[in-house]
Amino acid sequence: MDRNRYVENMVDESTADGIDNYLGEEDPQARRYERVEESWPPPKDKPQAQRRAGAFQSRAAARKYWIILGSLLVAGLLFAFGLLAWNNPMPFGTETFWLIAERRADAVIAMLIVAVCQAVATVAFQTVTNNRIITPSIMGFESLYTAIHTSTIYFFGAAGLIGARTLETFLVQLALMIGLSLVLYSWLLTGRHSNMHAMLLVGIVIGGGLGSVSTFMQRMLTPSEFDVLTARLFGSVNNADPAYYPIAVPLVLVATALLYLNARKLNVIALGRDTATNLGLNYKVLAISTLVLISVLMAVSTALVGPMTFLGFLVATLAYQFADTYDHRFLFPMAVTIGFVVLTGAYFIMNHVFYAQGVVSIIIELVGGSVFLFVILRKGRL
Amino acid sequence: MTSTTAPRRDTRTRKKLFDWKLILGIAVVLALLALSLSVGEYDILSTDDGWEMFAATRIPRTVALVLAGAAMAMSGLVMQLLTQNRFVEPTTTGTTEWAGLGLLAVTYLIPAATIMDRMLGAVVFAFIGTMVFFLFLRRVSLRSSLIVPIIGIMLGAVVSSVSTFFALQTDMLQSLGVWFAGSFTDILRGQYEVLWVVVLVVVAIFLFADRLTVAGMGEEIATNVGLNYNRMVLIGTGLIAIATGVVTVVVGSLPFLGLIVPNIVSMFRGDDLRSNLPWVGLLGIGIVTVCDLIGRTIISPFEIPVSVILGIIGAVVFVTLIVRQRRG
Repeated sequence: MDRNRYVENMVDESTADGIDNYLGEEDPQARRYERVEESWPPPKDKPQAQRRAGAFQSRAAARKYWIILGSLLVAGLLFAFGLLAWNNPMPFGTETFWLIAERRADAVIAMLIVAVCQAVATVAFQTVTNNRIITPSIMGFESLYTAIHTSTIYFFGAAGLIGARTLETFLVQLALMIGLSLVLYSWLLTGRHSNMHAMLLVGIVIGGGLGSVSTFMQRMLTPSEFDVLTARLFGSVNNADPAYYPIAVPLVLVATALLYLNARKLNVIALGRDTATNLGLNYKVLAISTLVLISVLMAVSTALVGPMTFLGFLVATLAYQFADTYDHRFLFPMAVTIGFVVLTGAYFIMNHVFYAQGVVSIIIELVGGSVFLFVILRKGRL
Repeated sequence: MTSTTAPRRDTRTRKKLFDWKLILGIAVVLALLALSLSVGEYDILSTDDGWEMFAATRIPRTVALVLAGAAMAMSGLVMQLLTQNRFVEPTTTGTTEWAGLGLLAVTYLIPAATIMDRMLGAVVFAFIGTMVFFLFLRRVSLRSSLIVPIIGIMLGAVVSSVSTFFALQTDMLQSLGVWFAGSFTDILRGQYEVLWVVVLVVVAIFLFADRLTVAGMGEEIATNVGLNYNRMVLIGTGLIAIATGVVTVVVGSLPFLGLIVPNIVSMFRGDDLRSNLPWVGLLGIGIVTVCDLIGRTIISPFEIPVSVILGIIGAVVFVTLIVRQRRG
């Protein structure tokens, strides 16, 4: 941040008309002005060329934002196209080419859905909790996902787990996850003693309790059943079933649209609870409704592809770095684009350069986890 | 100082170390341990090799319960003192995950590793992990005490994702799960003896009790009364790391134990470390023993690992604590 800009602004700001009368010796003229305020001369409109009240600190920052967003968009589209077209045995443009591409497109759509869910949910979550180093995925969504899948295979066997890939089970998972978070919110965020941190911690602890139940069931499984389960417990876009899209896409679109429409209010919430209340926001209602939307997004993402703990964190941190603005109207698109680039890029490179498709999500987790460590050690306060 | 005030200053404000309540507590825990010795599938009294079996499995198991319960509860207490935060314990700061990573690293690098090697790896990694956490705590200023465990759990998630990656590459994922789940099932004579190391930790915590209490008042006060704060933090971390590392290798993780025990004790008795220590140890032993007994009996002849029961009970108690603190 350049300090000179503020200094210039300070120097540039001239005093209001008539203020000299108050500073100087008191004279009858001034007294008359004081008495009849209606007769003050109308304030002159001074053009304040250097002062900006927009989302960006300067024109250069805005330009930088659009350039980064544009190039990320191009990169994302290139990676997506690469995923569709690379190693495609048919020549480009033929009918069979598009047939193959269409099959591959399912995975790319899953990446898009996950990118939108994780990015928007994490940015909004970090704003509402006023903490930039946590992610909503620790709030028990993943433990619930693990517990659901582990108990399915525990009670019904591997065939049961594969047979349970229906739209109904997807809906049940969504309902359970959203239900759990609604219970948490209504229990801990309403009433006199509402406390965001207590709510977070309770969510994490309930997740931990579920986790130890899952661990127990996992060790009772035969190794082959465990292998089937493991494949499901690692977040992977290949877990996504196109049959879920008719439910998932509208949910994501509605939740994202609502969050985006509330972007200006989120900007105010980011100032903290007291300031937001002071500025006339109904903090509690807005915070809870935002959290509900976040839980919808997280539930869709987790039920669709599985746990992705640090993807959201990675994406949000990068978005703050690149966007360099407080304004959620600009943060959301940047975060979503980064999420898409990260996912498509990771899958493209892992598929076609290292031929190691299975570990993509783990690589993303490792990178995200390292960024997390780096950020908490560099940050001064929480 | 005049001679009239001197004796007065010697009388302690703390409660007596041994009173009838403590003796009652000891009696209850001893009864539980006796119960633990007598519960099992193998009929000891009417078979020929009954006593052989008793010595080979029941006694080691009960000894392990005592050692692990006391050590983990006390490490939780020391950790809460050093961080000045009630919600901290080895499983909410990633220490257990680090120990697991160390265990995994040793197993991978030295396939023929003895239990001593694994333990060493776990202890070293647990120490590094705890220091990372403390370093982080000292560098940042916190707005809420509830943030600390959130960060710790996320830190643990990072470490365990590294472990998972590692285990997946080396096909050790399911055995990783078995290691992590704390269980006293496979504690046998000849395998658990390293656990006696934690006796040293417990003794050391007793010896350092007062200094740890002072260190718990913060760096300024501790330095002001003449304590080498940094050295105390190092010693405390080392003790925690040894206890956590050894218990993780031999038994597995015992979630929430170090968290709920000190909190329950200080709810009833306040915050003096030295007079609370016997209580913390006793309660830790008692809770682990009860959980182990439950795990052994409800689906007998099979067993539920103690970590599952602790995880569920601990989660309930932890949530209650948070909600109580919120009201308070």
